[in-house]
Amino acid sequence: MADTLHSTTTGGPRQSDANLVKRFFRATEIDTRLLGMVGALLIIWVGFHFLTGGLFLTPRNLWNLTVQTSSVAVMATGMVLVIVTRNIDLSVGSILGFTGMIMGVMQAHILPQLLGFDHPALWAVALATGLVVGAMIGGLHGVIIAFLGVPSFIVTLGGLLIWRGATWFVTSGQTVAPMNATFRLMGGGTEGSIGATWSWIVGLTACLAIIVAIINARRQRKRFSFPRKPVWAEYVIGGIGCAVVMGFVLVANSYYWPVAIARRYADANGIAWPEGGLLIPHGIAIPVLIAIAVGIVMTFIATRLRFGRYVFAIGGNLEAAELAGIKTRWVTVRIFALMGMLCAIAAAISTARLNAATNAQGELDELYTIAAAVIGGTSLGGGMGTIAGAMLGALVMQSLQSGMVLLGIDTPLQRIVVGAVLVLAVWLDTVYRARAK
Amino acid sequence: MTDQNTPLVEMKNISISFGGIHAVENASVDLYPGEVVALVGHNGAGKSTLIKILSGAYRRDAGDILINGEDTDIRNPRDAKKHGIETIYQTLAVADNVDAAANLYLGRELQTAWGTLDDVAMEANARKVMGRLNPNFKRFKEPVKALSGGQRQSVAIARAILFDARILIMDEPTAALGPQETAQVGDLIKQLKREGIGIFLISHDIHDVFDLADRVFVMKNGQVVGHARTGDVTKDEVLGMIILGKVPPGATPGPGAMKVA
Repeated sequence: MADTLHSTTTGGPRQSDANLVKRFFRATEIDTRLLGMVGALLIIWVGFHFLTGGLFLTPRNLWNLTVQTSSVAVMATGMVLVIVTRNIDLSVGSILGFTGMIMGVMQAHILPQLLGFDHPALWAVALATGLVVGAMIGGLHGVIIAFLGVPSFIVTLGGLLIWRGATWFVTSGQTVAPMNATFRLMGGGTEGSIGATWSWIVGLTACLAIIVAIINARRQRKRFSFPRKPVWAEYVIGGIGCAVVMGFVLVANSYYWPVAIARRYADANGIAWPEGGLLIPHGIAIPVLIAIAVGIVMTFIATRLRFGRYVFAIGGNLEAAELAGIKTRWVTVRIFALMGMLCAIAAAISTARLNAATNAQGELDELYTIAAAVIGGTSLGGGMGTIAGAMLGALVMQSLQSGMVLLGIDTPLQRIVVGAVLVLAVWLDTVYRARAK
Repeated sequence: MTDQNTPLVEMKNISISFGGIHAVENASVDLYPGEVVALVGHNGAGKSTLIKILSGAYRRDAGDILINGEDTDIRNPRDAKKHGIETIYQTLAVADNVDAAANLYLGRELQTAWGTLDDVAMEANARKVMGRLNPNFKRFKEPVKALSGGQRQSVAIARAILFDARILIMDEPTAALGPQETAQVGDLIKQLKREGIGIFLISHDIHDVFDLADRVFVMKNGQVVGHARTGDVTKDEVLGMIILGKVPPGATPGPGAMKVA
């Protein structure tokens, strides 16, 4: 008895020292896995920064990185739900190509005849058409998977070929260009960014939202007198969240318009060209805002709505979900319809960015999307995954690619590296999970 | 006391077959309020199948289900729940990757006025009901995967009683549990019985059956051998019914009884 007392008293302080880090994470409830990904991302960024001699961590490159990530990031959010239910969607790249082509044809050929060339709602009608077509294609896949019992791998493998072929038939292989001017804003660029003032407004609103969310969650738990996080942990979380948001806005606002465009703008508006050049900040790009909005909406769907709860329950135990009275088949159909719709959003971003709808648009995107979701911690075994993780995964993939482009590495070698990283990431994740058990 | 005359559940002449094999053939069982009825028999005797027809997991080929004397059509688990039938499955049908509250309310989530999940309210009720069942249970925020067998079982049982079940089906509720947890489940069954809930208990353990059940139905090869009040027969006689289909004098023979030559 005396022995055990003795050992606990001497072991006590040392133990608490060793557990300080652990206690910090428990108190703040930060997902250590997600934190690991952020760490990996920072290592990649700093690594490339040195290898490229200071080219990587520039406002320009980071801004471009976010724009280039947005299309795959949007699709990765949906892929999480697909993979969580132990399905797979190999057709997202082809659906992107097809819906992109539909939206291109709508705004370039069909709608100008119906509404007139400069109709203000033209872009919206084109986008809505794309969303509906995307949802219908996804829904069709879902029905075949859920009600006819064909494995999703096969259905979407078929879809990969079918929708790529269908894309060709829309215009007999012709590229459609240019896109409507308003539609093009979804692709980013100097015009497709919201400028410094609005970026700060968005940033401040986001910070406010973070604070309100934290206070609200705390109040809710207080109402039912549940255990709460320590107050300092809430401050840490809120502080980190706001710092990330403001840092992001700062970076976006530090990337200025290219000289040629700024000069044209100055001439057009009768502004005298200043000595040091006219510095007009880009601000946050619209495709990035779209991707962030999609991420927030999808996180809301996955965590706050019944539908999301069912998705995870099905992934955890299909039989239990069915016995609990969940209409599992309809949930599957809705997941795939949602995935199709997200493909259309991604298609809008990428056609707007390219200012054209082509046959090859979105080729191999299915693999990048799946890779992003998996690197982001979505388990192929089902039942696990987060939207934020998948979007981070997309950013990791794009960072690797951009960095290698900056280094002048050839495309074949880039693919080898990306492939190797995918396998490595999943292996590390397996090790992590085995240890967590 | 009309309740005593009308059974809570009456399954009459139920048959179901899978690919030409009669899993259940012409089986009839009944259950009264506040009564525990045990279903016993070998593996493959058809007890789980019969009970899955009541819980909506399978659809019967023939026969009638009467709830409170009224003819009822049960097509799926949702129908069964509507009639107050809750099931605790042998396989502990819980979704491993979500927490206890989410499992308790799976398929019947509480929602806020905005149509979002009211997680806080669900957790509050979960804490209440779990406090009644298993006061030591504290791990509300962790996925059910992290829990012990007994804790998972209490989650499964809590789910059934949370929604004021009138008819509870327990398929091998103690198969995955240690002795102490088994005793807890036994206490719980007695408590639920006092509240007037009718319980179907499927079990392999003849001791459990005699401890907990008021009546016992024995099944063999998809048919009911016979049924008896547990006070009227001995354990050996019930074993005789299970193994040989031999109906003792204290029991009422069913269609599956051994024909006396």
